[in-house]
Amino acid sequence: MTLNFLVICLISLGVYSFLFGRYRIRKVTQQVSVKQHSRDVYHATFLAACATIVPLIVLIVWSSLSPLVLNGLLEVQLQNMVGAATVGEMGVLIAQTKAFSAGLLNPAFVSDDVKQAASYYESLQAASDTGRALLVLAIGLVGLAFGSRFLTVRFTARHWVERLATWLMIGASVIAILTTIGIVLSLVFETIRFFDSVSVTEFLFGLHWSPQIAIRADQAGSSGSFGAIPLFAGTLMITLIAMVVAVPVGLMSAIYLSEYATPRLRNIAKPTIEVLAGIPTVVYGFFAALVLAPLLRDGGSDIGLTVSSESALAAGLVMGTMIIPFISSLSDDVINAVPQNLRDGAAALGATRSETIIQVVLPAALPGIVSAVLLAISRAIGETMIVVMAAGVAANLTANPFESVTTVTVQIVMLLVGDQEFDSAKTLAAFALGLLLFIITLGLNILALYVVNKYREQYD
Amino acid sequence: MTDRGPQKNDPIRAARQAQRLKKRYRKERRFRAFGMSAVLLATGILAFLMTSIVYTSIPAFTHHNLTLDVTIIAEEVDILRDDQGLVTNVDANWLGFVRTALRDSFPEVTSRRDKRDLYKLLSIGAPDAVRDAVQADPNLIGQTIQVRLPLSDDIDLVMKGLIDRNLPETDRLVSDRELAWLDKFIAEQRVSENFAIQLFANGDSREPEMAGLKGALMGSLLTMLVTLLISFPLGVLAAVYLQEMAPKNRLTQIIEVNINNLAAVPSIVFGLLGLAVFISFFQLPRSAPLVGGMVLALMTLPTIIIATRASLASVPPSIRQAAMGVGASRLQVIMHHVLPLAMPGILTGTIIGLAQAAGETAPLLMIGMMAFIVDTPTDVTSKATVLPAQIYMWANNPERAFVARTSAGIVVLLSFLLLVNGLAIYFRKRFEKRW
Repeated sequence: MTLNFLVICLISLGVYSFLFGRYRIRKVTQQVSVKQHSRDVYHATFLAACATIVPLIVLIVWSSLSPLVLNGLLEVQLQNMVGAATVGEMGVLIAQTKAFSAGLLNPAFVSDDVKQAASYYESLQAASDTGRALLVLAIGLVGLAFGSRFLTVRFTARHWVERLATWLMIGASVIAILTTIGIVLSLVFETIRFFDSVSVTEFLFGLHWSPQIAIRADQAGSSGSFGAIPLFAGTLMITLIAMVVAVPVGLMSAIYLSEYATPRLRNIAKPTIEVLAGIPTVVYGFFAALVLAPLLRDGGSDIGLTVSSESALAAGLVMGTMIIPFISSLSDDVINAVPQNLRDGAAALGATRSETIIQVVLPAALPGIVSAVLLAISRAIGETMIVVMAAGVAANLTANPFESVTTVTVQIVMLLVGDQEFDSAKTLAAFALGLLLFIITLGLNILALYVVNKYREQYD
Repeated sequence: MTDRGPQKNDPIRAARQAQRLKKRYRKERRFRAFGMSAVLLATGILAFLMTSIVYTSIPAFTHHNLTLDVTIIAEEVDILRDDQGLVTNVDANWLGFVRTALRDSFPEVTSRRDKRDLYKLLSIGAPDAVRDAVQADPNLIGQTIQVRLPLSDDIDLVMKGLIDRNLPETDRLVSDRELAWLDKFIAEQRVSENFAIQLFANGDSREPEMAGLKGALMGSLLTMLVTLLISFPLGVLAAVYLQEMAPKNRLTQIIEVNINNLAAVPSIVFGLLGLAVFISFFQLPRSAPLVGGMVLALMTLPTIIIATRASLASVPPSIRQAAMGVGASRLQVIMHHVLPLAMPGILTGTIIGLAQAAGETAPLLMIGMMAFIVDTPTDVTSKATVLPAQIYMWANNPERAFVARTSAGIVVLLSFLLLVNGLAIYFRKRFEKRW
């Protein structure tokens, strides 16, 4: 039985249980003269939940674990048939078998062993599907029968349904924790495996990055080097350029819009600037690579500068543009949170508006602005598409913004895009970079929070 | 008072004061101008970005076609009929027909190399146009028909003026001879400019003039569907729990800190999570909208939770107290009163979160959703790509005509996002209640 059909069966079972529960509790109530504890709908929901929740869990667990079990069984079977094989050969055989059973391979190109294994695999799959369907439906029917015995007039169905709803809500909230745990675990495990082949010090302090691992052992230049310093230098430079653009422009427009602008201008300009935040990063990437970079290159050569067509400058400028609304809206909030009587006090002492802003408002809003800048830096470091499209791939250790540099995120994409062996040091390096990225951005966010909490003035 | 008190009538001092005041006012004006120019710069960049992209996209919305007299030789067409004798399918060497028609237009072209150059005037999609015409009206078999055939991308660029005819031949993608052939067709008024329906009707292709967004649009739609189905219920449930039910304890605190941190995790890290957990561990299919949707759902979850909580918090406590006063249980208060009142805000937050997810590319690159896929995906497990990933792939394509194609893709994406965000604003304006 296919998954779709099974899901439809389960849904119909739920609907049937709901209707049956409602019918049943009405009938039961008619026969006695006691007041019902819960309304009909709670009884019906209770029965529907009895019939579907456990089967649904079984279905999800079975469907997510069966590929693993089937793979293991197939591997054992192949080992019995072919004898000892290396991990790589076994991987190829398993892939072939699966592709053949999915009808993707021409039978003429496949060995008899694989054909045999494929028929074995298909039988396993069929058995798994049938078993799943039988188990799920059986549990559902048992749940229905079991639950319907509870439906009496004084049964506290509402309590049960509410308890269930609360647990559902707790479960949904826990997903957030599970996601974080999933991120940390997946990154940490792969990183540990990466450090089996490359030492931690080489990774963190090495000056050379060229992750070209040979596909065959005898290939020339088979050892890649994984020194991440050039990547950090590149990331830092692009982030710096972005901040040089975004901080003054974002901060000044926030100041102008909250302190000087008429309400009418503010109502037009603020949403317009925020449109910049809604533009997908791939659009910025295209703009940086195909509009700005050629402009900079040609402009540079006109005044005698050599600007690479994948210069850090183009990527940084465009990334700065992307971050302007981020800084301006966060600063706008903190500037507006500074109480009016501070401004009035400064004005009473004879300060001009700009003097009030520079000497009173900005110092009062400083913790919030610093935290906004920190958050913006964390944004810039984690930004991917702009640098993938506009920055370079080669890891140069340079301080010249006209040259091409590469960043952490670019390398993660370059290492992982395309079909690769999941176990090679190259792939694992991407996870190590990802872990570093995660730690750095998390650290910046915690720092930003700390700055606000520690230095914020409480006005009343 | 010090020994040198203020001397009101000191002219030197007064002049100095006036000068200082002038300087301070100058500074004030300068500061104001800085602020103004920052706003202008930000809006100016936006305007420049939009105009440059829209401007480069314009050529992609039209394509030049060549109207050619193609003879459909009846003996060479296989016709498949169903039981009622209706034509279900036609099959023939359409390319041959097209080539014959081209050769007939230029009988002087005889050598094999010249002929090959001549054939290159037309797009590889030209035979399909003939097939479609015959398929639509099988009575045409055996006749000489006028068919509109798409020109190749380079010729199209010449027609649009994007390849300069005045360049020396060696610097030009199109040879003088090809131009001469083209000019003859133009003189015969056989070349026409039409709306490029391929842009929306076709899947991806290596040929710019045949490449379309249909597959990517469908892939985006399926991915967004998965994202919505997962993130909306989970996000609303979690937000209701945290805002309305949760006791103030350690677990709640951890969850709240967690959600705020997740909102700041770079999107590419979510891609790594998807690769390691969904694809490598659970062996879900690569490049599938199912996995893409799941990754994007995890990414959107914090946005939806935060928006929902804000919306729930804005429902005044008196509503809750009134409902409780007439005997509603806590869950009934939430389900019957608080949630319906908060729904506009929740929907707005969800739409904004989904719009963000629709423009996201980086995590989808990690799970293989940027493969070259010609077919339109039909379900959530078939191989697919999404609109931003399609834009990324086209942007990487070296062929000239893909620049306009890419911009056109961006214009489509941005119009979609504009529409969706407009919808969110409409929702907020229409249904938002101020208490």
